[in-house]
Amino acid sequence: MPELNTASMPDLVFAILFFFMVTTTMRSETLMVRLKLPQASEVQKLEKKSLVTYINLGPAMDIKYGTGTQMQLNDKFAQVEDIQDYIAQEKASMNESDQQLMTVSIKADEDTRMRYISDVKQALRKAYALKISYSARKAEN
Amino acid sequence: MAKKKRKVPSLNASSMADVSFLLLTFFLLVSSMDTDSGLARRLPPPPQNEDQLETVKVQERNLLVVLVNSSNETMVKSQVSTEWYQTDAELHGRGNKPSLKDKVKEFVLNTNNNPLLPELMEEDFGAPIGTVPVTADHVVSLQNDATTSYKTYIAVQNELVRAYNELRQEGARKYFGSDYDNLTTDQQEQVNKLYPQRISEAEPKNFGGGN
Repeated sequence: MPELNTASMPDLVFAILFFFMVTTTMRSETLMVRLKLPQASEVQKLEKKSLVTYINLGPAMDIKYGTGTQMQLNDKFAQVEDIQDYIAQEKASMNESDQQLMTVSIKADEDTRMRYISDVKQALRKAYALKISYSARKAEN
Repeated sequence: MAKKKRKVPSLNASSMADVSFLLLTFFLLVSSMDTDSGLARRLPPPPQNEDQLETVKVQERNLLVVLVNSSNETMVKSQVSTEWYQTDAELHGRGNKPSLKDKVKEFVLNTNNNPLLPELMEEDFGAPIGTVPVTADHVVSLQNDATTSYKTYIAVQNELVRAYNELRQEGARKYFGSDYDNLTTDQQEQVNKLYPQRISEAEPKNFGGGN
């Protein structure tokens, strides 16, 4: 019986490996709020991941923080007043040419009251982070 | 001179495949391919000083007010008519009411040059569109209550975007004879200029009280 030549197997696997290494972005934060994103049909994909900053809004997973809407920036809960510092920090970590293109993705639970969203929006305006995106799931309707 | 034949020791590379497979599985597991998607918006820059809030005057006929109240009902009001939508289905045009999308399209187009709908102005958009009358100054003002739910708000936002997207699609069909998605970036820009998204998101007011 002729044997199959598997000498090129490592090369193949390495090729796939490199593909994944390049395309992957490590999940850097663990979600601490419950997010059920609203649905929308006209959503656009956010192009460059490195230019996107996330703001998560929703009820806390852990019941000890209560059932109200909480905001998570990076890995901890924060108040609306912290947004400006957060944005400034994120901006500082970017290239100067990329700062103009910075997008803030607001990921909010669909049951969130607009009051919180508006507060966040006002804070973002003050921080001059004017490009925003309301995160939503793609749906046909 | 005796020549010693040197043997190059060969490295045993048979475990290379195993090692790379391990690495591969690791990256397969940690990678998240999901890309975020959403409705893109541009916020207005912050007011220079606190007193000059919302001083932009807009002619009444150029304004379409879309209001979402605390019980998640939507009202759309222009100089011509006012419409109430109680549910999502009505928003999409079921239940004997014109859908929000159609109302917005009618408002932006003003095909019959209705004096109660936004003013038509001749503007040059370059070939092949040429000079056409458009409602350059129209504003869709989206207002919401503090207790409006985000879900409804996004549903309404989505309908507004859908209205503009359909207008652009129709424009692309009319002037370029192909789908909007198939146009070049420059052509898309031209169509976007023809139908610019002029949605203003005002600060919410607390009409309904409640939490």
